Amino acid sequence: MLSEKYIVNIGPQHPSTHGGLHVEAVMDGEIVVDAIVHLGYVHRSVEKIAESRTYAQFVPYTSRLDYLASHLPTLGYCQAVEKLLGLQVPERAEYIRVIMAELSRIASHLVFVGSCAIDLGATTGLIYCLRDRERIMDLFEMSSGQRMLAAYMRIGGIAEDWPEEFIPALKSFLNDLPSMLEEYRGLLNGNEILQARLNGIGILSAEEALRYGVTGPNLRASGVEYDLRKADPYGIYERFAFSVPTAQRGDCWARFIVRLAEIEQSASIIWQALKDLPDGEIKAKVPRVIKPQKGLEVYHRIESSKGELGYYIASDGSENPYRLHVRAPSFVNLMVLPLISRGGKLQDIVANIATLDPVLGESDR
Amino acid sequence: MNQGDMNGILNDIKQVFGETIEINADKFFPIVRCDAEQLLELMRTLKEQFGFNYLANLNGVDYGEQFEMIYHLYTIPARAKLLVKTRVSRDVPILPSLIELWPTADWQEREVYDLMGILFQGHPNLLRVLLPDDFIGHPLRKDFK
Repeated sequence: MLSEKYIVNIGPQHPSTHGGLHVEAVMDGEIVVDAIVHLGYVHRSVEKIAESRTYAQFVPYTSRLDYLASHLPTLGYCQAVEKLLGLQVPERAEYIRVIMAELSRIASHLVFVGSCAIDLGATTGLIYCLRDRERIMDLFEMSSGQRMLAAYMRIGGIAEDWPEEFIPALKSFLNDLPSMLEEYRGLLNGNEILQARLNGIGILSAEEALRYGVTGPNLRASGVEYDLRKADPYGIYERFAFSVPTAQRGDCWARFIVRLAEIEQSASIIWQALKDLPDGEIKAKVPRVIKPQKGLEVYHRIESSKGELGYYIASDGSENPYRLHVRAPSFVNLMVLPLISRGGKLQDIVANIATLDPVLGESDR
Repeated sequence: MNQGDMNGILNDIKQVFGETIEINADKFFPIVRCDAEQLLELMRTLKEQFGFNYLANLNGVDYGEQFEMIYHLYTIPARAKLLVKTRVSRDVPILPSLIELWPTADWQEREVYDLMGILFQGHPNLLRVLLPDDFIGHPLRKDFK
């Protein structure tokens, strides 16, 4: 027996939508028939702004794409411009970049674990994760003077070298990280309610994930071992030994545990980078006015904490990019939300949004 | 994927399509250029015959008289990459939608329509995705004021 369909609006003002995301859930009784996603509440027209800024001026805008892992989008942009210019980045800068990028990934995944927990009602999970993430924010503040929107990477290197107290603080954080993870696992993984809310919910098959262009931890949770740090290495990632955590079931639970496992891998990369960290220059010699060759265009992609973050830049030989396009992983990943929500219950949409881990600054640009 | 394999793939593509497409490469990508009418057929062949199962990115560029559409294709788990380009006139900016081949084109094509004003034939739901529905104009066009 069919009842009359009705619509439940989730967001744009709702804590579980992680920013201005609006989902129209079409309900048949208790069952979700369709979920219509409306984006654009934080659209800033970043791509248009880029056309009237110089290459260097655009760096701080990139931090504001994925503000939960602000070093990652900046890294991708700087490397794209360096590719255009054919610049070689000094060794020390490369190592510092890797460490900052992986710290960003850990910070972003900590927010994921915490926000996933609170979306499902576990407030303590959020508090613990944000407490520990604060130590990464302190590290960022120490190195760049900014907690979240650091714009620390520069075209050709990084803004400034670390202060003396940075490495001891970083090591102390890394030493404490295993016990933090143990704490989350004790608090969350074994929790019956969390398991019931995540297990078998929002299943995304590997095939569908590829068709829909899903990347990052969401793809790996569906059983596809695909990580751009290994599949299309950029920077100096080839030098580090790390594994790519995957899970097979593609449900919310898989997406949750894959990210927890990734935190450990990132920490292992940071340890290796710290061990080999060379002395020396932190910035290549970059012309004061950056004018890439006319007609050059580049697509550079990195593995951000959300998936494949790509920058397409076309140059017309002037100081400003002729066209700049950001391929935002959150935007593409969100496309499967209706697919994995259909047939479920209303509260599963919350779990699905939480485990797809979109950041709206990036998806709306 | 090494350079030799990629050249092999490009030769095979050339053999299937002959002179109707243009293949060359810049510093970063092997590039296939084709006409708008050919796009769907070319893409279908690339996907089904050559295994390009992952459409990473698509976007439009405004070159005055014409718009250029750019598609970045990859294979997973192999590492072949390909850039497909096509041009449409500014007056009639209509291209076939690739949504039946890669559903990931859905929102990405909507975004191109929204910001650049290129229409995609066969797209079931070509609405604005980032800007408000009543917005007038396409901001990424160079003549947008």
